[in-house]
Parts: sequence; C-alpha cells; structure tokens
Amino acid sequence: MRSTRLPGWKELPRGGVILDAGNAKEYMTGEWRSSVRPKWLPEKCIHCLFCWVYCPDASIQVVDGKMTGIDLEHCKGCGICAKECPVKTKAIEMVPENEPRARATGGETT
Amino acid sequence: MSKRVALTGNEAVAHAMRQINPDVVAAYPITPQTDIVQYFSQYVADGKVKTEFVTVESEHSAMSATIGASAAGARAMTATSSQGLALMWEMVYITASFRLPIVMPVVNRALSGPINIHCDHGDSMGARDSGWIQLYSEDAQEVYDNILQAIRIAEHPDVMLPVMVCQDGFITSHSLENLLIEDDDFVKAWVGDYRPDRYLLDLSKPLTMGALDLADYYFEHKMGQAMAMRGAGKVVEDVAHEFAKRTGRKYGFFEEYRLDDAEVAVVVLNSTAGTARPVVDSLRADGVKVGLLKPRMFRPFPAQEIAGALEHVKAIGVMDRAESLSGIGGPVFPEIRSALYDACERPAVVNYVFGLGGRDMGPRQLKQIYEELVRVAKTGKCERLVTHFGVRE
Repeated sequence: MRSTRLPGWKELPRGGVILDAGNAKEYMTGEWRSSVRPKWLPEKCIHCLFCWVYCPDASIQVVDGKMTGIDLEHCKGCGICAKECPVKTKAIEMVPENEPRARATGGETT
Repeated sequence: MSKRVALTGNEAVAHAMRQINPDVVAAYPITPQTDIVQYFSQYVADGKVKTEFVTVESEHSAMSATIGASAAGARAMTATSSQGLALMWEMVYITASFRLPIVMPVVNRALSGPINIHCDHGDSMGARDSGWIQLYSEDAQEVYDNILQAIRIAEHPDVMLPVMVCQDGFITSHSLENLLIEDDDFVKAWVGDYRPDRYLLDLSKPLTMGALDLADYYFEHKMGQAMAMRGAGKVVEDVAHEFAKRTGRKYGFFEEYRLDDAEVAVVVLNSTAGTARPVVDSLRADGVKVGLLKPRMFRPFPAQEIAGALEHVKAIGVMDRAESLSGIGGPVFPEIRSALYDACERPAVVNYVFGLGGRDMGPRQLKQIYEELVRVAKTGKCERLVTHFGVRE
C-alpha cells in the first residue's frame, strides 16, 4: 500500500521510471468511475469468466477458476462485463454509484 | 594526432558520427541537414560503422525510434532541421523527460511559413524550453568539436540529458572549411563505451518508462529535470577542459573577443560571430572600443557568467537570428537583458533581430550596428529597444 508520505524529487529514480514490477495495483484508479458501478450477483453467476476476458482493466477477481468479485478500487465502470455476461437474467448489473454497497453482493472491495 | 582537412559543416558532423559509431541512427533527410544523413548512410552501406541505420518515414518517427533505441540501452543519434524539428516536437520533450542522452545535430533553418530553406534560428530557439542542452557552433571546427563533447556531456551520470548541436544552415553546413579532426582511435577512446545504469533490455532489472504521472508526482519529476539542467553547466565546463587538454582547442560557455575593455559589445550566436570579429578589429584600429560575446551554451543559460563578462560594457546589442513574435524581439535578448538586471551599473541593452530566412548579415551591416551602439553608449539614450535590422519598410 502507498505510504502517506510521498517521496521528494531527490528520492525518485531519474526520468520518471518505475523500478518495481506490478505496482499499478497500488494506484487506486477506481475513483475515476463516473456514475455507475457493476454489481455481481453470485447466485446467478455460472463462472464462464466472459467478464474476466472482456474487462479492459483487471478488475474481475478470480480464484481457482471461479469468479469471486469485482475490484472497485480499479474498475472504471465501463459496463462491458455486464453487457457481455451471457446469463439471461444477468449475473452482473450496473447500478448507480450512490446505491449503498451491500455485503451480500460478495467480493466488492470496500 | 590531429589532421588538417577541408570539410563542410555537414561533412564534419557525418565524420564525427562515423567516428562515434553509434549503435543506432534513425534519421530522415531534410534541407539543409540532408548531407549528414546521406554521408552517414554511405558509411553504413560501406561497412565503415556498425550502426543500425533506421530509414524512418518522418521526423516524428526518427525521434521516436531514437528514443526507443536509447531507452533500450543503445547509444542513439539523429539529426534534423527546421520543419523536421517541428515535426519531432512531441518526442523532443519526451526525450528530455526520459533523461535519454541523445545527441542531435540541428542545422538551423527558418521555420515555415512562409516556407523557406535558409538559415535562421527559429527552429532550435523554439526548442529552447524543451529540456535539451543546446550548444551553438560558429564554424565546421566548432560543430565537429561540439559533437564530440556533446556525447560526453549528455552521457555524464550527473547530466543524462539530450544535447542539440546547432550550426547555421548553408552558411556553415555547406561551406567547405579548413578544420582539424582527430583520428578514429582518439574519438573511440574519448567517447568510450556507453554503459547506461538502467535500460529496458536489461532483463535482470525490469523497469517501466513513460508511465502516467499526475499531480502527485509530475512536479517532482520536472524538478529532477530542472536541477539536472542547472547542474549541466559544470559538466560542460569539465568536458571542455579535458577536451582542451587533449586537443589544444579551448571552449567555454561563451567566447569573448576583445571584450575586456570594451565600451560597446555585440552578442551573437553561430556564424555571424565570425563575420563580426574582423569588424571589431577594424573599429579597434580606429580607436573605437568594441567587443564581441558569442554564446556557445544557450541551455543551460549561463546568466551569471554572461553578466560578469558584460556588466562593464556601456551599450550592448543582442543580435537575434529569430523573431519570438512576442512583441519584444528575439529569444536571446530578454535572457541577456535579464541576466544584467543585477549589475551595479546596468548597461543599455538593445535588440537587433536580423537575418531571418537567410538574409545576409555582412561586415558593412555589422559596422552600422556597432556605430549605432557607440551612439547609445555616448548619449545613454536608445531610440528603439528592438530593431528589425535590414528589413524593408
């Protein structure tokens, strides 16, 4: 996780390079999401992982080949996962950002 | 051993590039830089260099490919002029922000429009705030020497910034001149092997370049660039000192000519300084105390040193071969004038915009400028702050 004190210019590597692998995860970009967020309905999910394939970010969380939730710290709310979900009654639906997040929706990161 | 040869400014650049033998050159021909690319590609075809020569489809690609090669860990060069530099623009800034030590000869030519192929400094002066070190050269000898020094300056661990080496289009680039060149072994040893501490193809230490940098980091990275530029002057000085020890040819931030006791001085870059020198001599012979200051390093701008060299002068004419279209003259003028703000007895500093689009500046015209400056020094009054010299009303 990012520390609260950001490094000064002398501490940063030359030329704005990033020396650590995979640290984009520490950069919380979910706050860029506009007005809607995906809501996962685990009881309807068939774990086809279409959403994981189509997500233009890496916000679909999968453990051992099973969908476990949506990483809202990085999801931009594009809605592609909901559109591509093949379940007729949709296992992912887009809901207004101001709808309270219920724990029952599963792996949403809070 | 130095050897005396006759080369044009462009041949001198191509010759230096052959001796440097960069890993990669990606370049696109443009007047009046064309010879550089032509001669260098011949060296590649003849197997005189081991360089991977990339024939790109535009200057944006030339700079991009040079950046890519340099980021990957190669010693990479390109060369351009005018519209070519303009087309590179986006990537020129990125080169500097990535802190890639790319050396780029720039053959100064007027920018469109109207379209024109002849010399003025509008192209490189436009790039003065792009984060590149800029060295200006009076003649083929200085072009050659500046290129050799630029490699050492750019790649110095305290600098790691790109360098433009500028010369006057056609006037210098296409004139055959007598100059001393060093032998291949000297240049090979002088530039040494390029060993970057970090590069993309170092698989043992992976890194990311060019990542998004928002309000929380951008300022710190710009500060790093600004401080590297501020400190680069010391390295330019050290490299010049070592170069003088090895070759006998001396360079500084600028050249002073008969300036010590001068009451009137002209400040001018590149080839016009060569035209001004005999004018200074002839006026001196008539007892008029005139001098000349020719900046070599424009970025970083050696404000304190220039002020120190000029503050005893009564009237200074800053000659700009570029129009900033700012309403207050050319780009060199405000920097020199501002450098002198803290002088105890502030000299009168006026601006002469001249030679745009290749219009000639000869000894007769320079004499006229010196005579005007003598009048300013005597009366303490200047009629005009900015004069567009030689333009038809």
